[in-house]
Amino acid sequence: MVTGSCPECGTRVMAGEAFCEQCGHDLSSAPRASCTACGSASIGQDGYCENCGMLQPTGRDHVEIELAAMAGVSDRGLRHSRNEDAMALVTAGQDAVVAVVCDGVSTSPRPDEASQAAADIAAVTIAKRLAEGEGAEAATREAVRLAADTVAFSARIGEDSPACTLVSAVVERRQVTVGWVGDSRAYWLGDNSSLLTTDDATPGTHMLTAWLGADAGEVVPHVRTFTTDGPGAVLLCSDGLWNYYPEPEMLAATALSGTPLSAARRLVRLANEAGGHDNITVAIIPFGQGERAEATVAFPKERSD
Amino acid sequence: MTDFTIRVDQNKYLPAGSQEVHGIITVEASGPVERAPVAEAAEVIIIDTSGSMAYGKIADARKAAQAAIDTLRDGVYFAVISGDHQAEVVFPGTGQLVPADAQSRNAAKAAVSQLRADGGTAMGRWLRRAADLFSAHQVGHPGAIRHAILLTDGKNEHEPAPEFDANLTYCTGKFVCDCRGVGTDWVVAEVRRIGSALLGSVMDVRRPEELEADFRAMTEAAMGKTVADVALRVWTPRAATLNFVKQVSPALEDLTGRRTEVDALTGDYPTGAWGGESREYHVSVRVPSGNVGQEMRAGLVKLVIPGTGQVLASGNILAQWSDDPVQSTRINPRVAHYTGQQELASLIQEGLQARNDGNEELATARLGRARGIAQQAGNEETAKLLDKVIDVDPETGTARLKRVVDKADEIALDTRSVRTVRMRKDPEN
Repeated sequence: MVTGSCPECGTRVMAGEAFCEQCGHDLSSAPRASCTACGSASIGQDGYCENCGMLQPTGRDHVEIELAAMAGVSDRGLRHSRNEDAMALVTAGQDAVVAVVCDGVSTSPRPDEASQAAADIAAVTIAKRLAEGEGAEAATREAVRLAADTVAFSARIGEDSPACTLVSAVVERRQVTVGWVGDSRAYWLGDNSSLLTTDDATPGTHMLTAWLGADAGEVVPHVRTFTTDGPGAVLLCSDGLWNYYPEPEMLAATALSGTPLSAARRLVRLANEAGGHDNITVAIIPFGQGERAEATVAFPKERSD
Repeated sequence: MTDFTIRVDQNKYLPAGSQEVHGIITVEASGPVERAPVAEAAEVIIIDTSGSMAYGKIADARKAAQAAIDTLRDGVYFAVISGDHQAEVVFPGTGQLVPADAQSRNAAKAAVSQLRADGGTAMGRWLRRAADLFSAHQVGHPGAIRHAILLTDGKNEHEPAPEFDANLTYCTGKFVCDCRGVGTDWVVAEVRRIGSALLGSVMDVRRPEELEADFRAMTEAAMGKTVADVALRVWTPRAATLNFVKQVSPALEDLTGRRTEVDALTGDYPTGAWGGESREYHVSVRVPSGNVGQEMRAGLVKLVIPGTGQVLASGNILAQWSDDPVQSTRINPRVAHYTGQQELASLIQEGLQARNDGNEELATARLGRARGIAQQAGNEETAKLLDKVIDVDPETGTARLKRVVDKADEIALDTRSVRTVRMRKDPEN
């Protein structure tokens, strides 16, 4: 299991623990805010850093979600004036968690609204279908269909259609189900770290060949399921991360220490330090049990749709 | 209590890579005038009694000083200094400020009526004497408004320049001094230095008989002050450089060199005493360049009373980088207006200097261009004064220096070059 240390007393703590067993420090609370530009701890009430003056991100500019054992961070990056990425993380009963990441297409109208609507509807739909006893793959297909409809119907008369990508992960006790449309990605990070998705894009370009939106035609998601008993994590991300760091091994080296939230923050910071040319969204969901040395990984096989 | 508000006019949007941020800070002090508590005040009237004041001028100066004394509110502590190559406190005889009442006013006016004009001119010594009076008074009356009026008619001839400098430094921060020059023998630059150091106005008085009304108005304005020793406190980010802090209205005054460090990122700039009035400041900051979409606080401007740390008002100067040229190329009209006013003052001062140096070409270029800006920006008084030194053909725009210029007009133009006008119409209101 992923371990870290208590920020208060330094004792080793297990990921997912709510309190430090040594000193009782609340481990769920996020670390004290520090300036995203200069790292200073003095942020004024009005949101400006009292050292370097930078306005701290608010609203969609920088979003952090920590839920059960998983976490997601979505950031505007350095070059775009708004964050058109969106994410949704929900738990589905005792045994399953659902994460969705969507990336609004910049050249379409209101891509930020499209991506958030798609992520929300997809995550909620999967959770609801799972609760009704449906399988993860069927739930994912249903969710993508509803999300696609939502984006398609949001088109206004006289304007181009809003558009976005979608990647989802349903992490259950024994298996992980990944679904996607477009070029947002899912990775398995652990032993045999690997890319789980294939981009719906013309190779070597960012020209999407599939997306959610009224001009996308019928949307058929890729869906695949895999299992492993080794420890690791599923990573969902927008191209704001993988443009800079496409290699699964490199991502694993950064993502597999500390809490999922601190790992997600680290990856976002790396992308920003590399240029932050696009919005960056990262979701990390720990998965698997046992010791790493004993892990066996059943590689995912793509199901034909 | 007087209420202060700060408003910042700027275009916060910068093109990518740009680093210069400008803001016009409008500080407005208001309050119910009648119900304002009477602030403790101290007033020193300094009259030039050098030899050149003889004949008509000293008589008008006496009348002016007496009018000022009559305008003092009951209870205001005051004194009168007669200045020549040294300074003499002609009222009161005790050498300490005394409160104004019917009796002390009469005694002071009687002393003033005895003023005789002879001797030299050493303004720094007069001011030092006033500073000592204020300092002694302040021991028992901290927080009192401290104001002086200085009247002179001549050049500071009987005080070596280093002594004058030292005396000005000695006086700085101890009181506010409004200065008046009468006649045509005083040196604008010299008196302007006093006004700048002591945060007061400088005006020319063309005819000695105008002095009385002017002194009354100045004293009334001083009596209207309710808060003493107010500072503009400016915070800038760690990696930024504060280019300048200037008062731009009602008159230009560069405060940049007047900074008192508060901490590594913060400095105080003195503004003197405030009554019901509004003043404007131009602050320019150079910030590290940011990325498109990022917003930064380039400056935090507060009006404070440094003695108590009380914050009266505050406002933000912001910077946000944008890749939209429609946003980033717009110049805030108020920033543009006061940038123009500063250019106008420089053109006039440089033009007059060139004219005195015999550089006719440069003088014509500067003053001709000043005439154009004055016309455009609505500086009607300045335009009229410029017309006394330069002819501009309305058809061709060709400028030509006048051959004969009244010295009083030249002094008026120089003195008033730092006085600015407000924007004719505010496009945002």
